[in-house]
Amino acid sequence: MQTHILSVLVENQSGVLARVSSLFSRRGYNIEALSVGPTENPEISRITIAVNVEGHALDQVIQQLDKLINVIDIIELPERTSHQVELILVRIGLKNGESDRKSVDAVLEKFGAHVVEATNSSVTIQQTASPAQTQMLLNELAQFGIMELTQSGVVAMGRSIQP
Amino acid sequence: MAEEMTGAQSLIHSLERAGVDVMFGIPGGAILPAYDPIYDSKIRHILVRHEQGAGHAATGYAQATGRVGTCIATSGPGATNLVTPIADAQMDSVPMVAITGQVPSSAIGTDAFQEADIRGITMPITKHNFLVTRAIDIPRAIAQAYHIAASGRPGTVLVDIAKDALQEKVTFDWPKNSDLPGYRDHSQPVPEAIKDAAALIAQSVRPVLYVGGGVIKANGYKELRALAELVGAPVVTTLMARGAFPDSHKLHVGMPGMHGSVAAVTSLQKADLLITLGARFDDRVTGKLSTFAPNAKVIHADIDPAEIGKNRHADVPVIGDVRLTMAQLVPALKSEFAKHQPDLTAWWKQVDGWRTTYPVGYDMPSDGSLSPQYVIERLGKISDPETIYTAGVGQHQMWASQFISYEKPRTWLNSGGLGTMGYAVPAAMGAKVGAPDTTVWAIDGDGCFQMTNQELVTCAINNIPIKVALINNDSLGMVRQWQTLFYNQRYSNTDLHSKRVPDFAKLADAMGCVGLRCERPEDVDKTIEAAMAINDQPVVVDFNVFRDAMVWPMVAAGTSNDDIMIARELAPDWDSQEL
Repeated sequence: MQTHILSVLVENQSGVLARVSSLFSRRGYNIEALSVGPTENPEISRITIAVNVEGHALDQVIQQLDKLINVIDIIELPERTSHQVELILVRIGLKNGESDRKSVDAVLEKFGAHVVEATNSSVTIQQTASPAQTQMLLNELAQFGIMELTQSGVVAMGRSIQP
Repeated sequence: MAEEMTGAQSLIHSLERAGVDVMFGIPGGAILPAYDPIYDSKIRHILVRHEQGAGHAATGYAQATGRVGTCIATSGPGATNLVTPIADAQMDSVPMVAITGQVPSSAIGTDAFQEADIRGITMPITKHNFLVTRAIDIPRAIAQAYHIAASGRPGTVLVDIAKDALQEKVTFDWPKNSDLPGYRDHSQPVPEAIKDAAALIAQSVRPVLYVGGGVIKANGYKELRALAELVGAPVVTTLMARGAFPDSHKLHVGMPGMHGSVAAVTSLQKADLLITLGARFDDRVTGKLSTFAPNAKVIHADIDPAEIGKNRHADVPVIGDVRLTMAQLVPALKSEFAKHQPDLTAWWKQVDGWRTTYPVGYDMPSDGSLSPQYVIERLGKISDPETIYTAGVGQHQMWASQFISYEKPRTWLNSGGLGTMGYAVPAAMGAKVGAPDTTVWAIDGDGCFQMTNQELVTCAINNIPIKVALINNDSLGMVRQWQTLFYNQRYSNTDLHSKRVPDFAKLADAMGCVGLRCERPEDVDKTIEAAMAINDQPVVVDFNVFRDAMVWPMVAAGTSNDDIMIARELAPDWDSQEL
């Protein structure tokens, strides 16, 4: 199954997130990732939801969401026509000290990720990229041993020039 | 000139502006400020005995009148007692507004006395809900609540108001617009959809009109009749749609579903086209979904886009008010039929075969005791067609749907979706308040009756003379039927002993009602007539009926509609029919 990104514009009111998450839980849809934040309009917030459903079920998710009174609009953002970005903070161990650090730096340079904190025994890395890229970065960092990982939900925006 | 008042006064003003003429409720601490202006209001407040009764009464009122029903309760347990009727009304798309008091805003979240997060609790069982913590927000919340409850697909809206918002001084200001940017109007069907639907109907040689409760909600009876007579197809009315189309009409072939008629169930199964009107392919109608109407294309007309394709793919979705849809379908279809009108003779020959061979019927008990079906059938025959019936949930509900002929909409009120035992008595109370000149019969079971009968006290004191036909089979009859059929007659906890205790006639008497009892078939008519003659008091008739009577036909839960049984271990003799 493919992950679909739904960009949901909602009224900026208390309880809206609860309505959305309650709907997903009640109807048995799984949320893969979710992020909420303000928009350019202070009265409107945007909830970006990654769901792992297909065809008919995706249509149901959208229709059911649309029934929530506080939901103003729902846009599905396909990967091809949108910018999709998530943020990760990952801390890795440096078992072999300096030599590990060099290898880590090489990986980071390849992905354009950067170090936000470094000690003799660990490096904390920040990366902002598409979900696919952050996954590739994590795959490469796994060899060093991931001590701690925190990951935001994806946020997305349609491209101003559609391919 | 804007008027200074308390939030509570503003609430009652707002309810009056929203057109509320009656509400059902019970006061308590947090809602108490609102009860002071109620004392002066032209709105009739009926003091019930349990909040659940208030909720079902509001539902019965709404179902009988088509207007929004209103109930009101205090915070905490008052509000949580409304949860069942709120869920019930929402499942059956009944327009209802529930007003609840909440602890003062400063105390919210502190586990204060009688605090319950009723907005959180009712989120999944309401169309929408509000928590109001400032007096200034009360009129808008009330205006929006009534608008949301009544428009589109109707539903339940809860407005929870903090006590300090009720006490605060405020200037009353009724909003000029609803200001709901996310609430879309889907009432106008798209012309292309109407055209596609008409084209599909004009090709069908085995069409069925599958009519749901939405037709009643949309007041679309005239349009339905015109459409049905134009198409000339068999019409089936679901449990929620009984009365949307006259039972006596020659096109009506019965109720579909688990306890539907063979003709209704089988015509859906064999159809080449389902003209679905305000129905939602509920599991009680479809049986095992993958085997439901396997050769049928589907036109699905509904005002709720989320219902389209939810359970069954729609070949032609028509999103819109079903009354408008039907009204527009008639001329579109006439021009299609002018080119080509299919011949339904062969189809009707089959349907009539099922109809005449397998009418819904019952056997009289061999021991001479009272047949519950007979009681209900006689009640329907003796009563005039205006009579409103409410039912609880179980065998008596199914018999009431099968053996009473419904000729008019809003005469059959029951809990279809949620299946709430205890619905009948309070719903009858609400219906009678909404239609005081109409006879209202609650057909109830002895199990259901013992859940909510306290509202008979409310009826007696407030001059709401409903009538109750208590189908007393001594047990939780439908559950017992399943135990008979599927659990080797192991009657675990279904024996209520209610022919022994309580004495229902005495109980009725103690509650200020007239209590009657009937135990023999020869007494049925005169007992019903005696009950009919009493119009100044509620009446309860305890019909002591045969306990082993069962509801037939039956499609066992989870099985295919093709496996419908007309009696125990007895399937229709399909081979003798030309299928």
